[in-house]
This record gives sequence, structure tokens and C-alpha cells, in this order.
Amino acid sequence: MSLTDIMNITLMQGFAGLSLFSVLLLMGLGLAIIFGQMGVINMAHGEFMTIGAYTIYMFSSLTETFLPGFASMYFPFAIVAAFCIAFAFGWFIEWALIRHLYKRPLDTLLATWGLSLAMQQTFRSTFGAREVSPTLPDWLLGSWAPAEGLDIPINGLFVLALTALVTGGVLLALYRSRWGLRVRATVANRPMANATGINTSRTDRLTFAIGCGIAGIAGAAFTTIGSTGPTSGSLYIVDAFLVVTFGGAGSLLGTVASAFGIAQTQSIAEFFMTGSMAKVLTLMMIVTILMLRPQGLFASKIRR
Amino acid sequence: MADKKDPIQTPLTDEQRRKVLMGMAAMPAMMMPGMALAQAAQFPTAKVNTTKLAVTDTEVVVGQLHSATGTMAISETGSIQAEQLAIDQINAMGGVLGRKIRVIKEDGASDWPTFAEKSKKLLVQDKVACVFGCWTSASRKAVLPIFEKENGMLYYPTFYEGLEQSKNVIYTGQEATQQILYGLDWAAKEKKAKTFFLVGSDYIWPRTSMKIARKHIESVAKLGKVAGEEYYPLGHTNFNSLINKIKLAKPDCIFAAVVGGSNVAFYKQLKAAGITADKQFLLTISVTEDEVLGIGGENIAGFYSSMKYFQSLDNANNKAFVEAFKKAYGPKSVIGDVTQAGYLGPWIWKATVEKAGSFDVDKIAAASGGIELKTAPEGYVKVHENHHLWSKARIGQAQLDGQFKVVAESPELIEPNPFPKGYQ
Repeated sequence: MSLTDIMNITLMQGFAGLSLFSVLLLMGLGLAIIFGQMGVINMAHGEFMTIGAYTIYMFSSLTETFLPGFASMYFPFAIVAAFCIAFAFGWFIEWALIRHLYKRPLDTLLATWGLSLAMQQTFRSTFGAREVSPTLPDWLLGSWAPAEGLDIPINGLFVLALTALVTGGVLLALYRSRWGLRVRATVANRPMANATGINTSRTDRLTFAIGCGIAGIAGAAFTTIGSTGPTSGSLYIVDAFLVVTFGGAGSLLGTVASAFGIAQTQSIAEFFMTGSMAKVLTLMMIVTILMLRPQGLFASKIRR
Repeated sequence: MADKKDPIQTPLTDEQRRKVLMGMAAMPAMMMPGMALAQAAQFPTAKVNTTKLAVTDTEVVVGQLHSATGTMAISETGSIQAEQLAIDQINAMGGVLGRKIRVIKEDGASDWPTFAEKSKKLLVQDKVACVFGCWTSASRKAVLPIFEKENGMLYYPTFYEGLEQSKNVIYTGQEATQQILYGLDWAAKEKKAKTFFLVGSDYIWPRTSMKIARKHIESVAKLGKVAGEEYYPLGHTNFNSLINKIKLAKPDCIFAAVVGGSNVAFYKQLKAAGITADKQFLLTISVTEDEVLGIGGENIAGFYSSMKYFQSLDNANNKAFVEAFKKAYGPKSVIGDVTQAGYLGPWIWKATVEKAGSFDVDKIAAASGGIELKTAPEGYVKVHENHHLWSKARIGQAQLDGQFKVVAESPELIEPNPFPKGYQ
């Protein structure tokens, strides 16, 4: 083994960690808004991701049938559509289900879990029990090879860029927009926010819907690296909660930091030990830190 | 006689002709139940059913126990469809011993205790003559004690890890050695593979399979050495670190048994990392046409799979089977290895009942060894005394369209050996 080999592997391994970081962050981001800001335990978060994934699948089959020439371009539009559909559905679910349960957080857990099962079966009845595979545009496939023996996955780069974009957007919206101001005011003190004329129930609905929309984007992006099936969402839900809880509920920066920490630990551990042991090590680390710091990495400074 | 009109000699009116033709057309349909009734009379219920099974003069009830909902529905749907197709075809031929098969479908819902509960319901309450069902080893292990206690008969379609044999189960899929050994020998001989990297999901089937593979590579056949052996939790979706490990080890052959949603992630990320068929040889024992639907042909094209059946098999039995399957379930449907093994179940059961002249489970268990099926889509198969099937092993190369091109086939039927010596 030559020095360049080791260099290449180190670089690729560095990127593997970065890529896992972006995946974890993207899946945790929507939940950070819903669970972190609103305190709603949304067990159906994974299924909102699946909505995004199936949107990509629908767009891919539709373009194949009606607009074959459009095949290399549909992906960005499909991601926007994934956001819109998940957003609309989130809006509806908040209105129909969640708003009645804000004062009963544990019941939300059950209700959204039931919702997730119902959604899974709906996907199964609509799209069939088998996994599907959307035809991805050619520019998303394969690897970018700047040097011999060095392959950087293009889908990884894509997810990384998308994550940066979405995270930036959410941070900006939360701290620089009227909506963000209203959300933060509602989170900080609901009766007071109400008293100042903020329509808190409307804010809740919009916040929940945006969280779901971001889950839709995540699901759409994950079609490039993972599976699209009725239960695909359940592959991500545990990790998503892990990221948000570890980062400290209520803190978006905490989510970023925790996604980075978990991704690097897991990715490096996986390289030096077996996959299952790496998972054990990562979870042990998280459990230990949460025992010492139950509020997570970044405690929110809000008085509850 | 002479004054009676002979219909042959006088020209028929149109109406008469039509009646004659209609009568002729109806003859097979009329004869069928007639024959069936005759057959049923030949095998009186009191004689063919001494153990109070749900068998009447006209009907025999069987159970079907798969996951129609939940995670495993992805895989089990094909088996459900194939078993139903076989039962429909058998009924169209007049049934078994003159009795139509009626199916009671139960949903195991991807949950092992549910499988156990439903199998108890089928055996105790419905008194079914046999059950076609289960897919994962976990579900089979959950129902096995019940089948043994209540003396039921299970036809199990999945290729599995072996190390099991029961009077109450017929295994229509391959046990581990039938799938693995031929594949590895072929890789060593045809692809000159000397170093192998073993990758699997972390549960019993991949671990047992890889244990057998390692023994075969290192000590039994001495093919070369194992460059790495890795397992990832079920549902794992990030394989970049593993891929780097593979790149570092530079194996001649990646030998893979990754399943479920992980499977899709594994192949998508291999392709994204530049590990494609033109640079790397990969042999898998967990990808059939069903899985390729989710993985996408472009992500796996060129890699090899070791199975006993591929949809593209070129023989008359298979052509008829594929045509019937597509007619029943749509032109886009695909048939994987396990789907075909599921299709064998009802046919083997029918042949066994006819040989035993009885539906009684004990007699069927005793008569199973030596049952032959010349009409199997995979070709000729035979049931071994150990209740597994003799079958051929085949290597298929994945194509862009999601089908496999058969590139190699074992010359003889391979004897099932669920307890292989030297591999423990």
C-alpha cells in the first residue's frame, strides 16, 4: 500500500463522515423544528420523508411517460414539489390531529405513531408493498474522481449542498423573519405572545407544516442514497430523534453540532471496527453524555 | 332403424350445428367435475381424512400465512401471489383428489408472535390440511413448535441458513450450502477470485451463510483467503465507511448478503463510490429480481447473483409460468427466486397427497421423500428424505432492465444438506 492510497482513503473517509453528517442533519432538521421548537413528538416524521421519496418516484415515472426529454431536469422541481406536498399534508394533520393534543404530549406520541402506521399502509396500498426505484438523472449518479483512486460520491455532494441550503434557509427564517420571530415568541411564552396579538395557533400550524415540508425535502434527497418503500421512513426515525435529543431540544445549533458529532464518531468507528460494534460505541457515547447532560449538548435558554 | 333419420347423413340446420358445437365446447368443462366427482368417490373422505382435517367430499381447506402488511410485505408479496396462482391452476385442473382447494389467508403482519398466533388459529380452529407460508427464519422459528405440537404441515419457500429439519416442514427454497458453495467455486474458477470480502446484515441468515462461506474458502475447498468480514445492523443506510474498507482491502470478490432497505443503500452507494462492475467483481446471495426493483438496474448492472431460479430461465415450464404470472398480476410484475419456490409448494403438496392417497399429515410427511416435479419452472426438482429439495444452483448477471442473464448452472441437481459436516 502506497502513501497515495492512504491519502486517498483518508480523504474519502473524511468525506464519508461529512456525508453522514449532512444526512443526519437533513433528517433531524424538520424534527428539530417540530419537536425542538413546538415540543410535539412526531413519530410520523419518517413517513413525511417517505412522502418526499414517493414524490420523486411519481415525478420520475411521469417524466418518463410524458416528457422523456425532461428526464435530466426533473429532479430539482420534484424536490420543490416534495416540500409542497409534505407541507400541505402537515398543515392538514396539524389541523385535524395535532392541535387537539398540544396539552397532552404523551398522547401525541401515540397518535402520531398510529398516524405513521396508517400512512405506511396507505403507501403500501397505493404504490404496492415492494420497493420502487425512481430513475435518477445521470448527473446524480456515479462519482467525481479528481485523481486516480479517489472517488467522491456525487450523490453525497448533492445531499451536502442541499443540507447546507436548507439549514441556512431555516436559520435565516427562524432568526430574521416575522415567522421566526412569532415562533420564538410562542415557544418562549405562549400566553404573552397571544396577548401581544400573535395568532399562536396559526403559528403552530405553519411551523408544523414547515417541519413536515423539510422532512419531505429530506426524503426526496435520500432517494439518491437509500431505498424508496412504504417503510423507508422508519429507517430514519430513530436517528432523527437521536440527533435532536442529543443536540438539545430547542436549539437548532445544537442539532447541527450533534449531527456532526454523531456522524464523525460513527463513521470513524465504522472504519476501525465492525459495523455493529460502531453502532454500539456511538450509542454508548450518546447515552453517557445524556446521563451527564440530560438537557443535551446545547441547552435552550428559554424559561419554560 | 332404417326409418330413423341418421343425423350424420342429413345436413344440419345452422341452429343444430351451433348446438352441437356448443355441446362439444362444453364437454371438457362438463367432464371435469364429473371426473373430479368420480375421483372424489374413489377416495372417500372417511378414508383420506382420518385426523379430522377440514376436508369434505368437495373441498379441502389450506392456510396461507404471510406478511401482507408491515416491513416484510416487500418480500412476501411475491410468495403470496405465486402460491395463489398455483392453487388457482390446480383448482382449474380439478383440484386434489377431486376436491377443490379453498384458501384461508392470514396476515402475519411482519410480527413473529402474530405468526405464531395465526398458525395456531389455522391449525387448531380451521383444521387446515397444510399451510403455505412464512418468509423470514424468525417467523419460521416462531411457528415451528406449533406445527410440531399440533402436527401441521408447512411449505416454506425461502432460501435459508439450514441447520434445521422437521417432519412438519417442507423447505422448497435452498438451504445455505446449495446457494453458497457452487457460487464460490464458480467465482474462484471463472473469475479467478482468491480474496473474498464478506458483507452481510447482522442477523442469523447472513451470519450462518458467511460462516459456511468462510469455511469453504479457507479450509474445505481452499479457494484463497477472506480479506474481511463485516455485518451491519438491519436498516443501516450508510455504507461509505464500509466501502472505504473494501477499497483498502482490494478483494477479488465482494460476497454480499445485505437485505431489506439496507440493500438498496448498499448498491446505490457502491456505485456512487465508483465501485462498478467494470472494476470490481461482486457476487451476492440476497438479490433477486424483486430486490432489483428497489435497487434500480443501473445501480447493480454487471454484478452477479447466486440463486436457483431466474425469471429469464429458458425452458418451456418457465415460459408458461412467467406468462401465467404476468397474466394474473400484470405485465410489469417480476418473479424472483423465492416467488418461484413459493409456486412449487402447492404443486409438491398435491403430488404428495396423490401419492399418499390421503390428506393426513403423518402420511404426507412420510410420502414426501422422493416426490418429483417435472413441471417446476426451475426445471426438474425432487424432495429429499430430509424434506429439502434437490435443486440446481445458477449464477445470473444483473442487467440494466432489472433481469438477470444466466451465465452458469450446476451440471447436476445439488443434494440438500442442512447439517453440513466440516462447516460447523
